[in-house]
Amino acid sequence: VFFIPGGLDCSISFVSHVLGKVCIHGRQKEILGVLVPRLTDLTKSDCIWQRICWRLVECVPDRWMEAVVLGFVQRAPGADVLSRLLGNLVVKNKKAQFVVTQKMLLLQYGHTTAVLQNLLGYLSLDSLRRTLLLRVLQELLETWSSSSAVKHSPAEQQLYISKAILICLSHLKEPEIESCRQELLTSMMEGVKCHLDSSLPQLRRLGMVVAESISLKINTEGPVLKFEYEEDDETRELKSLLVQTPPFCVVPDLPDDDRSEKAGPALPLAPESDEKPQAAAPVVPDEELDSELDSDDDLIPYDMSEDKELKVKAPVYIRDCIEVLTGSGSEDVDKWEATVKALESLVRRNPTATREVSVELAKILLHLEEKTCIEGFVELRQRAQVAVLTTDPIPVAKYLTSQFYSLNYSLRQRMDILDVLVLAAQELSCPKFHGKTKDSGAQKPSIQLLPGSDSSKDWRRIVDERIKSKTRRFNMGQSHVEPASRPNEFNSVAGHFFFPLIQHFDRPLTTFDLLGEDHLVLGRLVHTLAVLMYLAVNTVAVTAMGKALLEFVWALRFHTDSYVRQGLLSCISSLLLSVPAEQILADMTEELLETQSWLGDVMEKDPDGDCRRLALQNLLLMENLKKKLEAVPS
Amino acid sequence: MALPPPDPQFVLRGTSAAVHTLHFSCGGPEPDIPLLFSGSENGFIHVWNLKTHRVDTALDGHGRKSVYCVKTMDGKDRLLSQGHDQRICFWDLAEGRTSVTDSVFTEHVGFCRCSLLKVAQGRWLMAMAARSLEEVQILELPSKTSVCTLKPEVGAKLGMPMCLKLWQLSCGSQPVLLAGYEDGSVVLWNVSMREVLSQLICHQEPVMSLDFDSEKAKGISGSSEKVLSIWSLNEQQNLQVYKTHELVNAGISDITIRPDKKILATAGWDHRIRIFGWKKLKPLAVLDYHTATVHCVSFSDHSNPRERLLATGSKDQRISVWSIYAQT
Repeated sequence: VFFIPGGLDCSISFVSHVLGKVCIHGRQKEILGVLVPRLTDLTKSDCIWQRICWRLVECVPDRWMEAVVLGFVQRAPGADVLSRLLGNLVVKNKKAQFVVTQKMLLLQYGHTTAVLQNLLGYLSLDSLRRTLLLRVLQELLETWSSSSAVKHSPAEQQLYISKAILICLSHLKEPEIESCRQELLTSMMEGVKCHLDSSLPQLRRLGMVVAESISLKINTEGPVLKFEYEEDDETRELKSLLVQTPPFCVVPDLPDDDRSEKAGPALPLAPESDEKPQAAAPVVPDEELDSELDSDDDLIPYDMSEDKELKVKAPVYIRDCIEVLTGSGSEDVDKWEATVKALESLVRRNPTATREVSVELAKILLHLEEKTCIEGFVELRQRAQVAVLTTDPIPVAKYLTSQFYSLNYSLRQRMDILDVLVLAAQELSCPKFHGKTKDSGAQKPSIQLLPGSDSSKDWRRIVDERIKSKTRRFNMGQSHVEPASRPNEFNSVAGHFFFPLIQHFDRPLTTFDLLGEDHLVLGRLVHTLAVLMYLAVNTVAVTAMGKALLEFVWALRFHTDSYVRQGLLSCISSLLLSVPAEQILADMTEELLETQSWLGDVMEKDPDGDCRRLALQNLLLMENLKKKLEAVPS
Repeated sequence: MALPPPDPQFVLRGTSAAVHTLHFSCGGPEPDIPLLFSGSENGFIHVWNLKTHRVDTALDGHGRKSVYCVKTMDGKDRLLSQGHDQRICFWDLAEGRTSVTDSVFTEHVGFCRCSLLKVAQGRWLMAMAARSLEEVQILELPSKTSVCTLKPEVGAKLGMPMCLKLWQLSCGSQPVLLAGYEDGSVVLWNVSMREVLSQLICHQEPVMSLDFDSEKAKGISGSSEKVLSIWSLNEQQNLQVYKTHELVNAGISDITIRPDKKILATAGWDHRIRIFGWKKLKPLAVLDYHTATVHCVSFSDHSNPRERLLATGSKDQRISVWSIYAQT
């Protein structure tokens, strides 16, 4: 029972009941949209209204508490306002505590950053609530550092938890950090390990940013953890959360005007004083020049047009290149550099000579290490390898695919093999290719695969465009000039690229276990197979490839790594796009039906957003296929 | 229409090793034969007869270690040579003798050429890099007594001295030393006071060679980068950058200004010799004869200006001799 100005007694619990009932029925927006601003104003300076407000929310029955608290947290314009409105509700009421500290942070992840700021700021503003803040931080860190959470929870949830951790850290004071320093350190170490292990670059970056921030907080002196990663909007936003801007940023307007006026007249003075010494300086050299006009003119220069930059000549024959690259001649590094730079064009201009030594060249290039610091060494080597592979596809493909599964290669080398195979396949199958390395103006969407790029993004784009191209358009617009046609060179070699790669994936070697720890390489392998499948459209081997790929995908469909799953789904897309519909119908109906049910499952239940999207696309493609088959009069 | 660059007047072959240093001695009156001294990587010093273009004498005094500096002291009978065996040898070549009269053990393992300055009749000052990394030692010759040791201050981080030039404004005035260091700076030392008068950072890479015109108080330095730096000395004995010139290819091994101060020559790592006018550094010619790095370049001291020659020694074991701009 409270006093309202006017001397009337009243009970607030009725209002609480009304509030609760309205909120639980989903009308939070309407009622709180009116109530919250009013209460914000009223409670700004009036203690009595603050207590009224607290009583109001405290009296809400437990079964409706969640809806009310959620509504308030979402609506409040700031943590301080929330603090005024809710008071120590979270300490007094168990349900409210659960909603604020557990449900909104760990079980839900759809709230905006502003809501998180409100919530965590609210917890930090009162000493009674700060213990909750610490507890919340501990639980968030536990989730962040658990490897199963990192592997299985969606990226959006992980981002949400990372943001929450950073905001918590920004609220902690020195003595609090001191007390939990050891736990912070332990969690950071474990968490960073799980995050770096992930195949998705976004998760790795999240882990790095959070670890850096934790390290910054706990190591006030001494070196802090610093990772190297590309900054983007997400990382910048995360880092900005670490710093709390003060809630009151009132800029006094009037004094500023005075100051700026004073600054005004000060400025024009400075440039004036600068100009004088500058004017003095040019005078002296002029005088000197005048006096010397007569002297040097009697010396007539000779013709110096031959004086150009010194260029080291690269060898002109392929066998010479081989000698230079393998030679013990570590002295002539200039020649080695020139050879590496010239190798690709030499290989392309001398196909017959290259074919004689193709496997040897491929071997040398695979093992070639950077001797001097050349710009773009990795790209030069890759282009040379692609040139060798396209000039003599079958033996070199055989060599490369066998080396992929051999002992004692580094992961980087194995992934290089995959990249080279894909680039060469693209070159061989592209109709407009005339020996240029960039397919400028190609009408099909091109696959630019450079080492380290995330090809799954390109995939989505390509599949999208393919789907688009299959929809009928009635207005063609300007007509395209038909490209010159050439026989598809990939036709004869597609199988040689594809089948050896798919053969041994389940056989572990001592240094290489695709199904075990080397899941990054497995992911790359799967994406490579998807590309090769896509490029094999219109080849003779495409159906056999399709069947083998379908079996491969089926065997791996439950793999825990989301990058691998994305690759598997891309394989299905390529398959559906490349294998002619009639062949699919003839040879693969049952498998496809099984695949369809698996895809439905993925679409609904897979934690990774990209996987779900790809599964949906595949189902759409299958629908299109069915329609096309039904449309054809049999 | 500019004329194509001239060919060498003649080429001296026969050193069978890369040529690192050259020195003319043609100033003597007739019937003295004009001579050219060359030091090679195989430790030999060849005395070339410029009339017959053949080797008159071969001196072996450095234990087959590379000779990187030769100079004459008072005419062709007394020779100084510096080799990679850490010794500076003094030779008596009068009347056909070929003996080492004296030597100084420098304990220097780098390639910094020593610099000689005649201070009085029969007395010289010699600046050389000493054993300690950043130090330059000045010795008086022929007594070989140490005059002083020039040590940069602690923390200066100049690196090794790469090239030296001792000079004095006029006979009897204070001797001064210009030293180019590994960190790209040129330092002006006052020898008697043992102190730094001025320091100027001329290059980002080690200073490979420098030369100085004491009349105009202007000097030039070359480095392993593409820039030639010309600096001047003002009345307060301060070094200032006057001009820079960018070359087509990087790397300069040696720079020499002709005694009449009209032209200068640079020896380049790109196998080419470049001639510039000294007044305004106007590029005059590019002499492209050698097939490997040119190590040294030297002007002759002929009393008749028309006979003046330019000699260049290279890693391709040849010494090319040119007559260029001799008419002016």
